[in-house]
This record gives sequence, structure tokens and C-alpha cells, in this order.
Amino acid sequence: MKDLLREYLPILIFLGIAIGVAGGAVIASYIIAPQRPDPEKDSAYECGFEAFEDARVRFDVRYYLVAILFIIFDLEVAFLFPWAITLGKIGMFGFWSMMVFLIILTIGFIYEWKKGALEWE
Amino acid sequence: MIIQTLIFYVFAAITVAGGVMVVTARNPVHSVLFLILTFFTAAGLFILMGAEFLAMVLVVVYVGAVAVLFLFVVMMLDINYLKLREGFLQYLPTGVVIGLILLVELVMIAGKWVLSPASLESRAAPTPMLVKLTNTEALGQVLYTNYLYLFEAAGLVLLVAMIGAILLTHRVRPGVRRQKIVDQLARTKGNSLEIKKVPIGGGV
Amino acid sequence: MYELPNLVPALPEILLAVAALGLLMVGVFRKKDATGFVGGLAVAALVVAGIVEVNLARVPVVTTLGGMFVLDGFAVFVKALVLLAAVLTAIMSLSWLRQEKLGQFEFPVLLIFATLGMMMMVSANDLMALYLGLELQSLSLYVLAAYHRDNLRSTEAGLKYFMLGALASGLLLFGASFIYGFTGATGFDAIAKALGDGASVPVGVTVGIVFLLAGLAFKISAVPFHMWTPDVYEGAPTPVTALFAVGPKIAALALLIRVMVGPFGHLVEQWHQVVVALSLASMVLGAFAAIHQTNIKRLMAYSSIGHVGYALIGVAVGNAAGVRGVLVYLAIYLFMNIGTFTVILSMRQRGRMVEQIEDLAGLSKSNPLMALALAIFMFSMAGIPPLAGFFGKLYVFIAAIQAHMYTLAVLGVLTSVVGAYYYLRIVKVMYFDEPADSFDRPIGRSMTFILTGTSLVILLFFLFPEMLLTGAETAAASLFHG
Repeated sequence: MKDLLREYLPILIFLGIAIGVAGGAVIASYIIAPQRPDPEKDSAYECGFEAFEDARVRFDVRYYLVAILFIIFDLEVAFLFPWAITLGKIGMFGFWSMMVFLIILTIGFIYEWKKGALEWE
Repeated sequence: MIIQTLIFYVFAAITVAGGVMVVTARNPVHSVLFLILTFFTAAGLFILMGAEFLAMVLVVVYVGAVAVLFLFVVMMLDINYLKLREGFLQYLPTGVVIGLILLVELVMIAGKWVLSPASLESRAAPTPMLVKLTNTEALGQVLYTNYLYLFEAAGLVLLVAMIGAILLTHRVRPGVRRQKIVDQLARTKGNSLEIKKVPIGGGV
Repeated sequence: MYELPNLVPALPEILLAVAALGLLMVGVFRKKDATGFVGGLAVAALVVAGIVEVNLARVPVVTTLGGMFVLDGFAVFVKALVLLAAVLTAIMSLSWLRQEKLGQFEFPVLLIFATLGMMMMVSANDLMALYLGLELQSLSLYVLAAYHRDNLRSTEAGLKYFMLGALASGLLLFGASFIYGFTGATGFDAIAKALGDGASVPVGVTVGIVFLLAGLAFKISAVPFHMWTPDVYEGAPTPVTALFAVGPKIAALALLIRVMVGPFGHLVEQWHQVVVALSLASMVLGAFAAIHQTNIKRLMAYSSIGHVGYALIGVAVGNAAGVRGVLVYLAIYLFMNIGTFTVILSMRQRGRMVEQIEDLAGLSKSNPLMALALAIFMFSMAGIPPLAGFFGKLYVFIAAIQAHMYTLAVLGVLTSVVGAYYYLRIVKVMYFDEPADSFDRPIGRSMTFILTGTSLVILLFFLFPEMLLTGAETAAASLFHG
């Protein structure tokens, strides 16, 4: 347990530095930079117009389809990691159980390919 | 050891605060970003418990995919967020009461936590000592063998999710012209070029 | 090192899974519209799975796949019912898909997956197996509810079903995690062992059971977890509604029985009151809320809530007689519901579906045979002897009285009197109201076949009740063997 956590110490230090640098930059600019707020500074500048509509435009539903298909195969890959490192111990049984799983999802992949879900236009 | 405890409390505090912000943030995009923060710190908590694999899955699957999907959905829907909040005060008392009941139950349970000795014996797959096996290996040794049934069932659930997503959102657009590379490569001089003898002064 | 588990008890499930995967490939590789072809094969697969399942009835109680899958007489009986419901609704759906020109080969494939999920639920012997079966079933049904995706009501139904189903799954998982936390096990046998004779029950387990019950009550739409039912039943495509009304209800109720009398069999005092409350509330709401309905699919939704209440009486009794009553009730309920939905599916005027009760006016003149069949189903649902519905209620009430639960039995009788009002109103509309437009004819050979079959079963059940009764008896006994 101790050893495991020690391996993660660099990540923790890195995290600390990252937060320190990011937070420090914000705080430093807050302290050092001169601040003279003025409503004119926030208004549209020179030839700029007032915004016509919300900057966020609606996404096409097809992005959603791509994202959800990505999630499914992402999960499939996540299942492969423990399998790969224990393959020596779980033997042929473990091998074939993963093969069945992969066949199920490959059938899904063939289905979505033939269905044209992976094509854009 | 003290550092470990300290880190636990920092992560736990950020997780809870992030969770509260997910619910209370005005902008749904900010909610999703706070959700990502919550996932990250929860992954940190998993690592403190020695569950490396879960931490990794949380980052790869939840932060990498689920949160992105949430962002898509938030962007996809054209919701008037002010209107959505109109009923908030009206439903607040009910929500608070339900929340309080759940809290009281949790406190009651936590206060009376007794694990019978029989239940310790009945554990199907106790976590092995980390010195001998890493968490990922320990999972792999049972997931594909003892839990074969659940593993394959999970595969079927994923397949149904795939079929459902395609069936409900995929539309075949007629008349879309696609680039067909095979056809382009298969073009020859013979089937695309016609040479005509043009008589002088006769026009084409 | 690891040996292949005994797969024979799970043979029907494996068969269905392979069939679904194969049919998905067949459908996607066929050039022209494959719905009819895939649908026919799907029906065949379901029938074969049913035959295999019934032949497994001789196998004694056996657990396999790491102790997570159990096959006993109870499982075989319920799975046979689920498969029958799936076959009948599949046939209905194919005719509906053809008429509405909505054919897509994924429909029968998803139907098989939903059936597979129900069968996994019925055989679950582990909290995780329970959850995965439930999710497989629910996920397929969410998609089927929203199948008619260009129809606003259908998508609304799908979305509502999904939202509340996800909430129910959350409650269920919350409860399951409590049970796991306090007993250290997810397997039903191990939970039973950890809890011992139920002398000292940790409070966490009690909370866990309550949440688990709440999650399952959503799935069987027992009051107060019923609010999704009318909207979903109304919005979903009619053959899918027919499936909703029977398949998932039978499977979830069987699951509820297995969980309650299995690992928590010694904790009757903990869950008994909850089930009684669910039962009472469902019976009362099912009887009174249905009175003002004008849409027949909504009416059937409230009717199904009421029927769940009656079936829950048997669960509340909690002994073999009670479980036998539930099984008989569910079997008869299946025939009544499928029959009624066949009629609803045949309510078409000039090629369009109609679903108002007043559209049935004068059916006795325009189509006397269909009117007669629907009258039989309505009388049976109201519990009028000698039709089958009467016997269903009878066995449940007898079990309750034998266990000295007079309140439940008396309230059951009273609410079925109230319920009789709206069932008989439909008969009145058909036979005594001024004729409206007549329905399109013919209704198709397969529909006629289902309608005749189910109405004959309901009508003639009293002549040979032994078959169902002994079947239910052995099934219930297998649950209480230990």
C-alpha cells in the first residue's frame, strides 16, 4: 500500500505545482495589474455589433451518436487491460471468455458499419 | 500516514464541493465541468484505497467519454435555463425533506455499522494484499473466470445500447454524394474520355 | 485450470443470445427490407427456446455460472410464461409493423434481447446478475417504447420510461450496495447464510431491502411508483404496450418473489408491511383511477396497476400457497392481456389506429365475434365466474385468508367490485351504444388466431384447471425446498 502510494507521489507533486502555477497567475494578475473597471471596457468595440444571438449553437444529433459509440468501445478497451496482464494466469478459459465478449461487440461494430452510422455525408 | 489522511480529506472535500456545484451552478456547461472535477477527485480517492484500475477507468471512461457526451447533450438541447429554474423554489421543500430523510438513514446506518463474522467469511473474492498482486491483476483474475456470466451479460448490454443509439438517432440522408475512392481509381481513359474527329469548319 | 461451467441450465438463454446476434447480422446484410424475414426467424427462435426451457423442467434445482444463475421449477414456469408472452407479442408486432409500414429488422432483435433480459432476471441468484438482467431488459424496452421515433407521444413515452427506469435502477443499486455492505456478499445463498435465522438484522440490511423493493416496485408499476405507467402505455406503440403489460411485469414480480423468499426469507417482518402497503395502494388506485379514462390504452395501464396489486397479495402471504396463487394469477393475466391488446391492435378505422373507448360503440353489430372475445376478456378481468380471471383472484384470496390476512382479502374483493364497473362499461359500450364507424376488416390471420386462442383459454379454463394448478404448485414448491 505504501509503495503504491509512493509511486503516485510525483503525480501529486505535479498536481500541486499545476494548481500553484495556475492559481498563482490569477492571483498575481489580480494583485499586480492596475484595475480600473469601466462599463465602456465591456461594451462592443468600434465596428463590433451587439451579439445577435447566443454564442452557443445547437449541435447536430449526429455528434451524439458518434460520442455514444465512442463510449461503448472505450468501455470495451477498459475491459482489455486487466485481461491483458492476467492472461498468463487465467489460461485458455480467460482467453475465450474475452473472445466471446469481443465477438459480441464486433457484431455490433459490423452492424453500425453496414448501417452507415460511421459515415458523415 | 498523516499525509495520506490529509490528502484524503482534501480530495473528499473537493469531491463534495464539486458535487454541490454540479447541482447549483447556473450554467449547465459549468455543471459538467464541475462534474469532471468531481470525477477526478473521486479517482484520487480510489487511488488512496489502492483501487488503481477503478481510478483509471473513472478518468478514461467518465472524464474522457461520459463527460464529453454530457457536454454534447447540453449543447444539443435548446433549453431556456431560466424557465427550467422557475419551479425550483416550489419543489425545494419536497426535495429538502427527501434529502433529510436519506441523510438521517445514512447517519443511523453509519452509527450502527456491525459486520457479522459470517459475512466476512462469505466474501466471494476478497481483495488480495497489494504486495502480492496489483489491483488490476486481482480484478482480471476473477472478472473473466468467476464472473464470466456478468462479463458476457455486460457485453450484451453494451450491444443493445449500440443498437438503440443507432436505431433512434441515425437517419439515412437520401441524395448525399460521397467520394468513392475506388470508383475514382477505377476510372480509365477508356470509360471517361471520348475522342471525336471534328471535321474542319463543321463544329462539334 | 478453470473448468467450463455447466451451461445446460442456461441453454435457452444462450440460444436466444446467439439467435439475436445472428439475426442482427442477417438483417444488416440483407439487401431488401428484412423485417418480415428476421421477425419470422425471431419467432422461431423464441419458440425453440421455449421448447428447450420446458424440457429443462425435469432438471432438479441447480445453480451454475459461478452460482449466479439458478434453474428450478419456479424459474422454468415463469420463463415459459415470459417466452409465451414474447412469442405472442412478436407475432402481433409483425402484423402491426407491416400495417404501419414501420418495419425495421431491429425490432424483433430488440424483442429477443428484452426477453433474454427477463429470463436472466428470473434466474438471477446474485444481486449483480439481477441488475444486469434488469438493465438488459429495460434498455431494450426503452428503445422499443420510443421505436416510433417520428411520433411525439412515442418519443415522450420512451423518454419518460427511461428517466424513471433509470431512477428505479438507481434506487435498486443503492439498496443492493447496502445489502452488500452489511452482509459482505452479493450471492443470494451467501446473503441468506450471512443473515442467519434473522434474529439480529442490521439496520442497513433493512434499509437495503426497502430500496430494493422500491426499485422493483417501479418495474412492476406498483403504487406509489406507478406514475410513468399511463403515459408510457398510451404513448408506446400498441404491440410494445402489450409486451410491457405482461413480460416485464411477470419477470419483475418473479424476481421480487425470488429475492424476498430467498435471501430474505427469514426477514418476513422487515419486508412484509412494505409489500402489503404496495398491494393495498395498487388495488385501490387501479380500481378508482381507471373509472374516468377514455383512452383504452390508459385504461389498460390502470387495470394493470390493479392486477399487480392483486398479485402482490400472494407475495405478501409469503408461503408456497401464496406464490402458487401469484403464478396462477400471472398465467391467466397473460392470456387476458394479450387477448385484449389483440383487440386494441385491431381497432383500425380506414387504415388508422383508434384507441378511444367510444370507438368501440356498436362493435357487437359490426363485428360480433370480436365483441364477444373482448366481452369475455372484460368479464374475466372483472373476475366473474366461471371465467379464468375469477380463478386467478380466487387462489390469491384463499392464500390470504389461510394466512389470516383478512384486510387484504376483503379490500381485494371490494376493489374488484369497483373495477368491475369500468370493465363492464366497455361491454356496455360495445353492446348497447349507437354504432360508430366499423373497424377495418379482415384483421389478419395471425391476429384472429391469437384472439381465438386466448379467448378459448379464458373461457374454458374451468374445465381443465389441473394442468396450470399442478404446474404452479410444483413451481412454488421448488422455491421453498430448503
